[in-house]
Amino acid sequence: MNLLITGAGGQGIILASDTIGETALAAGYDVKKTDTIGMAQRGGSVLSHMRFAEKVWSPLIREGDVDLLIALEKLEAARWASYLRPGGIAIVNNHALPPLSVSLGNARYPTDEEIRSVLEQITDRVYFINGTDRAKELGNIRALNILILGCASHFMPFRVSTWKESIANRLPEKVRKINLTAFDRGRKEIQGVRISKS
Amino acid sequence: MSVMKRLLSGNEALALGAYHAGVRVAAAYPGTPSTEILEAIARFDDVYAEWSTNEKVAMEVVLGASYAGVRALASMKQVGLNVASDPFMAASTTGIDGGLVVICADDPGVHSSQGEQDNRHYARLAKVPVLEPGDSQEAYDFMAHAFDLSEQFDTPVMLRTTTRISHSKTVVDVRRSRKLPDRQPSFKYNAAKYVMLPAHARIRHPLMEERLVKLTEYAETCPLNQVVQGNKKLGIVTSGIAYQYAREVFPEASFLKLGMTYPLPRNLLHHFAKQVEKLLVVEELDPFLQENMQAMGIEVIGKEFIPRVGELNPDIIYEAGRKAGLLPDSPRRKTETGIELPRRPPLLCPGCPHTGVFFVLSSIGQRARLAKAKDKTLADSPLIITGDIGCYTLGAYPPLLAMDTCACMGASIGEALGMEKANVGKKVVAVIGDSTFLHSGITGLIDGVYNNSKITLVILDNGTTAMTGHQEHPGTGISVQGKEAHKVALEHLIRGIGVSDVRVVNAFDMKELRRSVRSALDSPELSVVIVRGNCAVRVPKRGEPRAIDMENCNLCGTCLLLGCSAIQRTDEQLYIEPSLCVGDTCAVCQQICPKQAIGPQSKINQLK
Repeated sequence: MNLLITGAGGQGIILASDTIGETALAAGYDVKKTDTIGMAQRGGSVLSHMRFAEKVWSPLIREGDVDLLIALEKLEAARWASYLRPGGIAIVNNHALPPLSVSLGNARYPTDEEIRSVLEQITDRVYFINGTDRAKELGNIRALNILILGCASHFMPFRVSTWKESIANRLPEKVRKINLTAFDRGRKEIQGVRISKS
Repeated sequence: MSVMKRLLSGNEALALGAYHAGVRVAAAYPGTPSTEILEAIARFDDVYAEWSTNEKVAMEVVLGASYAGVRALASMKQVGLNVASDPFMAASTTGIDGGLVVICADDPGVHSSQGEQDNRHYARLAKVPVLEPGDSQEAYDFMAHAFDLSEQFDTPVMLRTTTRISHSKTVVDVRRSRKLPDRQPSFKYNAAKYVMLPAHARIRHPLMEERLVKLTEYAETCPLNQVVQGNKKLGIVTSGIAYQYAREVFPEASFLKLGMTYPLPRNLLHHFAKQVEKLLVVEELDPFLQENMQAMGIEVIGKEFIPRVGELNPDIIYEAGRKAGLLPDSPRRKTETGIELPRRPPLLCPGCPHTGVFFVLSSIGQRARLAKAKDKTLADSPLIITGDIGCYTLGAYPPLLAMDTCACMGASIGEALGMEKANVGKKVVAVIGDSTFLHSGITGLIDGVYNNSKITLVILDNGTTAMTGHQEHPGTGISVQGKEAHKVALEHLIRGIGVSDVRVVNAFDMKELRRSVRSALDSPELSVVIVRGNCAVRVPKRGEPRAIDMENCNLCGTCLLLGCSAIQRTDEQLYIEPSLCVGDTCAVCQQICPKQAIGPQSKINQLK
């Protein structure tokens, strides 16, 4: 299975993809994952390729081979949409972090319709999640990544207990509980989201 | 020890491999993508690990440790080896005692470097073997081979990784545990080997040539070079990450995967070439394998189809295979988004201590411009700003536009000096970070003092090596293990070499910054301004966020010229995103707003 996890620097993309990797390893798969992290802390686009199968060769996924695209920011979902395979799944956090060029008036942030149409050219399985709002309700916006992971977990062949073990292993004590709650909240959230067609 | 499966990055695997191979001394200077290797080694109590002042010093430290008979490791990014090349060449000439491995991490695709270079050429130049792992398992396994090879052939061994190997996580069977050689550290006096007077160096050179012949013989049966039997139509010679891509794109082909890419196994290559109808070399960057094979008289294709620029990936290799007539036309569709998406380049963080001084330099240099301002080119700027390597290089981007050059570590000072001495006709200011200054800026400054320069040097002292992920350095007074160490105080160092005009300024006090930079620029002598403020990522507590009072704001856009990503615009409204603003510790925007429309959130009624 081929996954792309994307968003803006500081949103916790690497931690999310590490957690998927540990879960897949625990479930007995060969795993390869690769991140662009050179300057991630400084707010740039972040992209993580994540693959698990019987045997994986390349850590980089070919364009058009992604089964599941997870985007913590919606502009980034549109940016990597072309990597999705027809009929693949996109889980998009319905939240905009406008790049500086937009604030400076040198560029335009795409409209929701544009983002939707870019994705729906390729697949009709697009889920928009109000993840940022849900994470705020839980009291910690930083749990957004694990909440979205909860949504995505529906489409991966791992037990909930395996997921929770790797989340607990990966996170320090003081934020463990909130993240486990966020994971559950995400699992519940996606069941209520309908695939919307324009 | 039982086999344990772990998901490790290439860098973590290299560190663990070195630890299990009995490394006793490790040294490095941080540099993407190699940084995490030393960080991981430093977690082991029974290894001496240090952040060195620069890569040259790191190489000399491990060379000394090797002379003392222990296994030693230096790690660095590709351009780090440029800095360390002098002792690296010397290490090859003298040979070693304890196993000596040099990890150099190339960066195809220039993810985070000032250039793209293929460091395999250094192996040829230095006449040392180079090993190239293709995933974390090999990174772990090759490390033990590298140390053995080093001791067996009396040579430093280069272990070349790339960004994709270093930063990918793959599954590792951890098969070994730490094994230390019985030998106690000791230095065996041997002037003909260790004292490179010309008379001795003349003795060493033929020994190096002999060593290379022996290594070439060894390469023929080296277990790191492996043949994968596939069909006879296509044979592929490849190494490192390129092997993984090629395996995926050509599942039917036969492979000769080279784990040791210098020196090359002549007979093995000829033999493999004879077994297949067509021979393709898949390698990243330069045609290193290809040209060596062609020099052996082997007919081969490669760089005619595979780009020598940038990072490879399976799509690029598929396209190359198609062009070479080895693969069918791809049925894959290419989706066009149909809209132009704004890029999201990395930026200085909200609360960054570099923003204020760049804004000052940008204002004095008449660089930062409001969107409505008429176009002037930077050629009109009364100031030339030579820059250096670190997060602060991002100050070159709009809107700040506060940097005119960035070549390599420490170059800002020498460049400023050269421009001044060339009578460039404008005031020249050099900008460098604290870690970079200690790495290789100090020698440039000594040159300026000695040669009566009048440039201004601005040192951006954020108390860390921020770009590579916050490593300590001599100016922080903390070791790689997080323990207290002797602290080198920049102002004492600089006064000590003879600079008398030295100012230390708070990075967040705009009035003081403006005054200090102006008077330093007007100074009749060499002047240094140390701008001190903690890296925003390391400030433990955020203060009260700032907000914009839209009743007073006239949308002049001055605050936007800071390039702070917390200050955002929607339609005809400016606001500060409270989750991004660091608040009280910064408040730079509040100090520069001409309408005094920015203040603490609790006192302002921000519209959004």
